[in-house]
Amino acid sequence: MSDTYQKPQPVIDPGTKPFWDAAREHRLSIPRCNSCGQHHFYPRELCPHCHSDDLEWSDVSGKGEIYTFTIARKPAGPVFADDVPYVIAMIALDEGPRMLTNIITDDVEQVAIGDRVTVRYDDVTPELTLPKFTLDKD
Amino acid sequence: MAREAVIVGAGDVPLEDGKVVGGGSVLQVQARAAKAALDDARLSMGDVDGLLVAGLWGVPGPGLLPSVTLGEYLGIAPRFADTTNIGGSAFEAHVAHAAMAIEKGYCDVALIVYGSTQRSERSRTLGGRPSILTMQFENVWGIPQPVGGYAMAARRHMHEFGTTEEQLAEIAVATRKWASLNPAATKRDPITIYDVMNSMPIADPLKLLDCCLVTDGAGAIVMTTADNARAHGAKAIHLRGYGEAHTHWSIGTMPDLARLTAAEIASRHAFEMAGVSHDAIDLVECYDSFTITVLMTLEALGFCKPGEGGAFVSGQRTAPGGAFPLNTNGGGLSYCHPGMYGMFLLIEAVRQLRGEAGERQVDNVNTALVHGTGGTLSSGATVILANH
Ligand SMILES: [Zn+2]
Repeated sequence: MSDTYQKPQPVIDPGTKPFWDAAREHRLSIPRCNSCGQHHFYPRELCPHCHSDDLEWSDVSGKGEIYTFTIARKPAGPVFADDVPYVIAMIALDEGPRMLTNIITDDVEQVAIGDRVTVRYDDVTPELTLPKFTLDKD
Repeated sequence: MAREAVIVGAGDVPLEDGKVVGGGSVLQVQARAAKAALDDARLSMGDVDGLLVAGLWGVPGPGLLPSVTLGEYLGIAPRFADTTNIGGSAFEAHVAHAAMAIEKGYCDVALIVYGSTQRSERSRTLGGRPSILTMQFENVWGIPQPVGGYAMAARRHMHEFGTTEEQLAEIAVATRKWASLNPAATKRDPITIYDVMNSMPIADPLKLLDCCLVTDGAGAIVMTTADNARAHGAKAIHLRGYGEAHTHWSIGTMPDLARLTAAEIASRHAFEMAGVSHDAIDLVECYDSFTITVLMTLEALGFCKPGEGGAFVSGQRTAPGGAFPLNTNGGGLSYCHPGMYGMFLLIEAVRQLRGEAGERQVDNVNTALVHGTGGTLSSGATVILANH
């Protein structure tokens, strides 16, 4: 399967490995700050809100709403050509942070800002799972 | 008496159909632009002791140390270098940095250079950034770069403020009218709002004619002290204020996708330093990577309130003869866009302030505001220039 998956794959590093490891186990895990209580994404060494280094990984609900999105009518390179049109969306997770992802839907035209969404894990290779989202109204 | 830094030279290279006339490597075209700007300043390469460069060329390779490579190529040994790269706004920041260096006595003649041969090399693509570090959270989703981020900002702006695709199209149409007055512009045939609305969809809600061109280009600016300018009989353009800021590169971490925070910070500082109000600005040159960039920039600069950009640009108010002349060379949308366009905003402002803009010359331009935007609505740098 990994031989046939031609799209970009993350070059996972020590700072991001817990996120991708959790995704492979179908969990959405992001850092939470023990100092200010806020979550953030993407994962960092210092809280971007209060700059504390007292952080811990925290499983979140995988629910949120669409903050904004675009429908790609031209692909981001030939490897995405078969997917056009596809939706890239920015989700405002219920825990606060925003996260870029894809919306999986048969009808891209119905996607709207404010739509409620839920994570759905796409195991694209044995080593890589991408947390994508579906519309609750679908 | 305190040293005052001024702009004394501006130069570029001719383009035909978006390509450098006669061809050339990215080093050759930068050398030609540098010579044109120095000729314009009545200075020579041997006078240059400050070199400011930002670019996307020669990486990996000699472009990793761009000022070192370009200094070597130009045959100079600058004692001040700045390779600040904050995207297409880098050159507005370079003007500010050069001014600080000149006024401190750290250098006497600063050369700011940019060049790209991306069109001739067919090197611009919508994907292709390595999925490392921060970009591992962007590339995997197939976001077309950079248009996808701008499209998401446009969508959010429409959602919050009711901005329409027709209002964005107004900007493309007005900018093309300016380009029709500029013999150097790549796209000069008039277009209509209908044409923009019906151009090829790229990333909703942005269509082909909402997007900047992909061209070659090279340009340079020369700065020195006001005293030196006077001694050489060069026309000095004065720097009244400047500011810069950046907030993010990953679009997922942009603080507010309906507001251009970097431009708000940069322009606030520039206006404070200049001690002038918006009424004092006769002309604005602002980065137009996409139509939405212009609309959000006008709001962030304070020429209209947040959310009022759509109404502000309606009725061709920014076109030739309109109330608010904007991007008078035809902009990145219709003149040229060689990857990092901010250099060409500066060159056009200098020409307008000197009264050298030919058919597109705006009447009574004494003070101009130039604002660059870089990355994915990431960075902003403002300079306020005056001819007196
Ligand atoms: Zn915190």
